[in-house]
Amino acid sequence: MTATLAVEGLKVAIGAANVLRGVSLALQPGEVRGLVGESGAGKSMLGRAVLGLLPANATIISGHIAFEGRDLLDMRETERRGLLGRRIALIPQDPMTSLNPVKRVGAQIGSLLRHHLGLSKPAALTRATELLTEVAIREPDRVLSLYPHEISGGMRQRVLIAMAFACDPGLVIADEPTTALDVTVQRQVLQLVERLRRRHGSAVLFVTHDLGVVAKICRSMTVLHAGRVLEEGQTADVLARPRHPYTRALLAATPRADRPAEALRPVPPALIEQLWSEAHRLDQPAIAGPA
Amino acid sequence: MADLALGSPVARQSRLLAGLKRGGARLWIGAALVAVLVLAALLAPAIAPHDPLEQDLMSAQLPPAWMVGGDPAYLLGTDSLGRCVLSRLIYSARTAVAVALIAATLAALIGVALGLFAGSFGGWVDQLISRLIDVWMAFPPVLLSIVLAAVIGAGLTSVIAAIVVVDWTRFARVVRAETMVQLTRDYAAAARVIGMSRAKLLRLEILPNLVPLLVTLLAVEMGIAILVEVILSFVGISVSGDTPTWGSMIAEGRQIVYQAPWIMALPIVCIITSVIGLNLLGDGLRLALDPVQRS
Amino acid sequence: MSDILLRTSDLSFGYPERNGLFRKPALREVIKRVDLAVPRGSVLGLVGESGSGKTTLGRLLVRLLQPTSGGIQFDDVEIGQLDEAELRPLRTRIQMIFQDPQSSLNPRLRLGTTLTRPLGVHGRLRGQRDQRERAAALLDLVGLPPDFADRYPHELSGGQRQRAGIARALALEPDFIVADEIVSGLDVSTQAHILLLLKELRARLGLTMVFISHDLSVVRVLCDDVAILHHGEVVEYGAVARVFGAPQHAYTQQLLAAIPLPDIEPGWLDDAPPPVTSQQQGSAA
Repeated sequence: MTATLAVEGLKVAIGAANVLRGVSLALQPGEVRGLVGESGAGKSMLGRAVLGLLPANATIISGHIAFEGRDLLDMRETERRGLLGRRIALIPQDPMTSLNPVKRVGAQIGSLLRHHLGLSKPAALTRATELLTEVAIREPDRVLSLYPHEISGGMRQRVLIAMAFACDPGLVIADEPTTALDVTVQRQVLQLVERLRRRHGSAVLFVTHDLGVVAKICRSMTVLHAGRVLEEGQTADVLARPRHPYTRALLAATPRADRPAEALRPVPPALIEQLWSEAHRLDQPAIAGPA
Repeated sequence: MADLALGSPVARQSRLLAGLKRGGARLWIGAALVAVLVLAALLAPAIAPHDPLEQDLMSAQLPPAWMVGGDPAYLLGTDSLGRCVLSRLIYSARTAVAVALIAATLAALIGVALGLFAGSFGGWVDQLISRLIDVWMAFPPVLLSIVLAAVIGAGLTSVIAAIVVVDWTRFARVVRAETMVQLTRDYAAAARVIGMSRAKLLRLEILPNLVPLLVTLLAVEMGIAILVEVILSFVGISVSGDTPTWGSMIAEGRQIVYQAPWIMALPIVCIITSVIGLNLLGDGLRLALDPVQRS
Repeated sequence: MSDILLRTSDLSFGYPERNGLFRKPALREVIKRVDLAVPRGSVLGLVGESGSGKTTLGRLLVRLLQPTSGGIQFDDVEIGQLDEAELRPLRTRIQMIFQDPQSSLNPRLRLGTTLTRPLGVHGRLRGQRDQRERAAALLDLVGLPPDFADRYPHELSGGQRQRAGIARALALEPDFIVADEIVSGLDVSTQAHILLLLKELRARLGLTMVFISHDLSVVRVLCDDVAILHHGEVVEYGAVARVFGAPQHAYTQQLLAAIPLPDIEPGWLDDAPPPVTSQQQGSAA
């Protein structure tokens, strides 16, 4: 069975700074994997690299990204763009900046459907209504006629989720989609993503810094720090028996509503320094043989 | 501490260098052009080859030295009265710089003060000042100048007065808007929680945040002041008498534009260069100063 | 000297809203009859989702806003209707730490200036040398090196900026501090550092605090009591252990159930999400 996503030894730099230092990752069809890390770990960069949305001053130094067996980095630009939004979709972090503020919701979903699926206008409208119903929005016709700022944040996120799954994607990259949401809304959104994922059979790469979210929705997880994979495995295993000291430290530093205060321990600075020096050592090119 | 990983402390010097780098070509070119203008104005007696008022009817309408018929003694030629064009251009810079400096600074002082009041007090103070701005902005400075000239007599004073009286609104409007924006920021709230008075808040906290904006506005305003003065001296209601100004040179040159085009063309080049220089400098300074907030 | 440092009684706050051209403007109530009692030396957690009014309540407590009705008693003195001049001496005892240190530290001033500004305003600075020493002392209090006084806010990391914000709030040695969402948006490790710093400072300086947060887990770590705010009303109030262990109000139960703990919980995702209408408020980000 071909992996939906296969990343091998990906090295990415922005200017002089290395943001990804040889990351390898594989997603099987239908797998939901959490990509966990703190800010600067490179988790968003990985998502962007897969989507082909790296910033202009970023360079891919080496490595491979394959989607359903096809090499994404070797692909022609037009072919790759054809995949984006259709077979590979994104649920972004900030719904407000991802939706065009001067276009109605219906127009935005409509143009997506017409572009990727070649639907006629009336067919697109029907499909858009179906999609909104799928993400549990009551009165979809009304919402389609509204502008993004006229609907709540949670609802905007649902619209984006609807658009992500609209074309039956094989891979959905969710980039911290619930970070800015209230905790009750977050639960609803996570439930929604799970339901749609099951219905469409998509694999999901769930980028987040929240170990709780990973525990609830991700069957497997990868821990990232300074652009390196420190630990990966089935979520249940990693959380119950974390092998890497960083993973253990993250768990110990995560406040829990069900435990009293004393249990909180911050990540030891010495550990962070050690991890960074390991990362920087990786940056040094291997000494070549004698001249 | 884990989150102290920001590397070595940033020295004052490297901040200066970073700022200069951010300013880029605009800053350097602008600064150079403005420097030339200011130096010309300051050192006019020293660097002008001739007395700008000295007439030599025998050498009237000589073309610039590099053209046929030119005289190396008069590098940029002479006008109808045989006066050295180069010297007149240099001395005109004095008027331009004087007007630019005085008018722009006064307009800025008045405009910034009123803008701060309007932005921070709100309510009827804001309403009053905003209406004042609306009405005042409708006055064309040239027309106003003519009126002022009729009342207090033609001359530099009425030119400067006209510019100040109209252009303070440019500053007031922008400062008012920016003040209102800055007052919504948490650092303004923090200042109030500390117990800062309104006056101190405006002076010590808000004003520093207006600096990049004001620098650009000031530079642009200086360019505008130069242009207004040119128009007014073109129609003859700026400085009196023989004092050379670019505007009056254009007026003279216009009569004989086919016989001696350089007399009109050269002052125009000076004006354009000065205004461009000021705009570039303003832009460059803003870039150099602004990213303090946006790193 | 009473046991309760800060008390609110029937505290309400609303914004006037145009009610047609000729009628008196109606009041859109954002905070509705809130009763709080914060004992000296304790930390009260104020929890709510967006739209709950928690930030507004925080600003009322430090008198950045004036209540439309009801009272606030600080150390048995009624401060709800005092004007700026009367409030000024109290400002040395009541301080606030803001959510976004990027915007709460003046971007064009050096840290040293910002941190000692409170002292300058109240005439407690004795010259440049004193200013430098005080700045260094404040930085040290929050674990930052003294040469940071020369830095600008944008030259600091998020965690460092937040520490600076805490240092500024402590400059006047207040009795009472309101911390408004000061660890939201921070990494787990940075957050843990800041929380532990606050615990330490609270113990060392004998601070009384109101800690505003949307994150119940964080409140559990730091707070003695907790008040749950929903649409401007306090729906539950009590000791942290009691509220978390045996929540009475349906909303509290809903909030607690929604928190994703880092444990595997098979049924958590299964309940079908209730459909949402476009009119539903309170779930905006």
